[in-house]
Amino acid sequence: MKQLRNLIVVVLALGLAACGEKVPKTKGVYMLIDTSGTYTMELDKARKIANYLLGNLNSGDSLAMAKIDSASFSEKDIIAKVTFDSRPSTTTSQKHMFKRKLDEFVSTAKPSAHTDITGAVLQASEYLNETNAKEKYILIFSDLEEDLAKGYIRDFTIPLVSIKVVALNVTKLRSDNVDPRDYLNRLDAWEKRVYAGGGEWKVLNDLDHLNKLLGS
Amino acid sequence: MKLSELLMIWSDTPAVSTLIWLILILVAMYLGRSSAHKLINAATGLLNSVMKFTSESLVSLEQRIAKRNKQVILHEGSEATERAIEREFYRVSSIVAQDLSAYPTVQRKITDAINQIEADYQASNETPPSPPEWLEAVEAISNIQGNGDSAVDRILESIKDSLEQAHKDTLRAFRKSSLVRLQVMKKMLPSWRGLSQTVSHMNKSVTDLGERADFIDTQMQQYEKIRAEDDKVARLLTSSSLTQFFVAGLVLVIAILGGVINFQLIALPMSEMVGGTSEIGGWRTADIAAMVIIMVEVAMGLFLLESLRITHLFPLIGSMDDKMRRRMMIVALSILTILATVEASLAYMRDLLAMDREVLTQSLAGVVVTNAEFRWIPSIGQMVMGFILPFALAFVAIPLESFVHSSRTVIGLVVAGVIRTLAYIVSMAGQATEQAGNIIGYAYDMIIFLPLAMEQWARQIKDVRKTDSVEDVYDVDETVGGSKL
Repeated sequence: MKQLRNLIVVVLALGLAACGEKVPKTKGVYMLIDTSGTYTMELDKARKIANYLLGNLNSGDSLAMAKIDSASFSEKDIIAKVTFDSRPSTTTSQKHMFKRKLDEFVSTAKPSAHTDITGAVLQASEYLNETNAKEKYILIFSDLEEDLAKGYIRDFTIPLVSIKVVALNVTKLRSDNVDPRDYLNRLDAWEKRVYAGGGEWKVLNDLDHLNKLLGS
Repeated sequence: MKLSELLMIWSDTPAVSTLIWLILILVAMYLGRSSAHKLINAATGLLNSVMKFTSESLVSLEQRIAKRNKQVILHEGSEATERAIEREFYRVSSIVAQDLSAYPTVQRKITDAINQIEADYQASNETPPSPPEWLEAVEAISNIQGNGDSAVDRILESIKDSLEQAHKDTLRAFRKSSLVRLQVMKKMLPSWRGLSQTVSHMNKSVTDLGERADFIDTQMQQYEKIRAEDDKVARLLTSSSLTQFFVAGLVLVIAILGGVINFQLIALPMSEMVGGTSEIGGWRTADIAAMVIIMVEVAMGLFLLESLRITHLFPLIGSMDDKMRRRMMIVALSILTILATVEASLAYMRDLLAMDREVLTQSLAGVVVTNAEFRWIPSIGQMVMGFILPFALAFVAIPLESFVHSSRTVIGLVVAGVIRTLAYIVSMAGQATEQAGNIIGYAYDMIIFLPLAMEQWARQIKDVRKTDSVEDVYDVDETVGGSKL
C-alpha cells in the first residue's frame, strides 16, 4: 500500500515536472557598431544587419545595439535595447520603435577619436549574461583595429563563456593591402582573446549570407 | 591458451598439426556417431514437437478469436437490426396514431359525404315542368290554314302567338330547372373532392404502412438469421463493417485536416492571450491552448450529438431523462457557439497580426508601406472559417462512432489474420526443423565418410570371409556325406 502511494507520488511529480511551464530557447544579440574614423561610412550596412535581426528575432529574444567609441565600457553607448514581449503585437511595436532609434542614430552618428572594442565587448558580455538568454551573440561590426586612448587598460581576458562572437564586415585597411599579414594577425589576435574568454569565434564578411549569422 | 597455440600442440608444422587435429576430430566423430545422431534426432524432434504444439495452440487461439469476432459482429448486427426494427415500429406507431387512429372520424366524413352526394343526386333528378295540356289542341287549331277571312286570320294569329308564348314559357321553365340541377351538382363537387382526398390520404397511409411492414419483415428475417448465427449473414456484416471502417476513417482524416486548418487559424493569435514564449513539455503554450480549444469543440460536438441521440458513445447521456438531455444539449450548443465566436475573433486577430508583420517587413526592407486593396475579403473569409469550422468539427462524432464500432471488428480480423499466419509459419518451421535434423545427420556422415567407408569395407570383407567359411563348412559336409565317402 505504501509502495503504491509512493509510486503515485512519483508519477504525479514526473507529470508535474513534464507539464511545468518552461522558457524556450531565447536568443540574446548585442550588436556593436564601430564609429571610428571613416567606418561611419559603413553604417548603412550596419542598418541592413540590424533590420535582418529585427526581422528574425521573436518574442522573448533580446536585442541591443551599441556604438564603439573612445570609451565603450559604458551604458551611454547603447543606442537601443529591447527584450521582445511575449505578445506578438507588442513585439511588432517594439521592433518599430527600435528601428526608429536605429535610423535616428545612423543619420546623426559622428566619428569617434579612438576605438575601444574591448570595453564594448565587455559591456556586451555583461548585458547578455543579464538577459538569461539560451543563445548569446555579440556581433562586432568593425575593422577590429583597436585604438585606445591614453591610460585605458584593456589587456585582460574578457569573460565570454557560452557567447558566440561574430566579426562582421572586417574591411581591410589601407595598410592591410600593403601587408595582409596585419589583417590576418588582427583576426587571429581577436580569435585567441575570444577563445581565452571561453567564447566562440566566427567571421562573416559577406553580408549576402546573413542567414548564417545566428546559425551554429 | 590461445587457439593458435592449441592448434600447434602436436607439431611445430601447422599442416601436420592440423592434420593430426583433423584425424582426431574425425575419429572422435566416428566414435560418437551413434550418440550424435540420437542427439540430433532428439533435438530436432523436440523442436518440431514444440513448434507443432505452438502451432496447434495458435490455431486454437485463432479459432477462438474468430468465434469471438463472429459473436461481436453478430451482436453488433443484432443491435443494429433491433434498432432498425424499433425505429420502424415507432414509425408504424406514428402512422397508426396520426392517420389510422382517426379512422372512425374519416369513416364518418366519408359516409356524410356519400349521403350528401346521394341527396344532391336525388335533388338533381327532379323532372322539369311539362307544358300545359291544352297546348296540343291550340297547336292543332293554329295549324289550320286561314281562308282569307280577316277575323279568322286574327284569331289564328292570336292562337299562334299564344302557342309561341307557351313554348317560350316552357323553355324558360326548363332552363330554370336545369340551372337548379346544375347548382345542385355544383354543390356535390366539394364533397366529391373531399371524398377523393380522404380516400387518397388513407390509401397513402395504408401503402406506407405496407412498405414499413415489408421492411420490418426483411429486418425480422435478418434478425432471425443473426440469432441462428448464420455464416452468410456474419460474412455480410463483416464486409459491411469493413466498408464502414474505411469510410469512417476517410471522413476522420478529412476532419483531422480541418482541425489542422483550424489550428493554424488560432495558434498565432493565441500567443496574444497566453504569451508566445512559454512552453509546456516542449510544446508552445499557445499551441497547446489552441489545440485544447479545438479538442473542447470536438468534445462539445460529441455531447451535443449524444444528447440529440444521434450517436450512442456515452450510454449515460442516452439514458438521461428528456428534460436533462435537453438542458445538456442547450449547454453544449451554447459553449460551442461561444467557442466558435472566440475562434472567429481570433481569426480576425490573426489577420491583424499578419498585417502588422507585413507592414514591419516592408518597413525593414525599406519599401514604402502600401495598403493592399480588397484586404477585407480574406479578413472576412478567415472570420467565417473560424466560426464555421467548430460546427463542422462537431459532426466528427458520427464518423468517430462508426470508426470505434467497426474498429473492433477490424482489429479482431487483423489479430486473427496475424495469428493464423504465425501458426502457419511455426508449423512450417517445425517441418523444416525435422528435415534439417535429417540433413545435419547426412552432413555428419559426409564429414566422416572415410572411416564409414572403411567400416563398410571391413564389414564387406568380414561378410565375404564369413560366407567363404560357411561355404567351406558346407563343402566339408558335402564331402563327408557325398561321393567322396
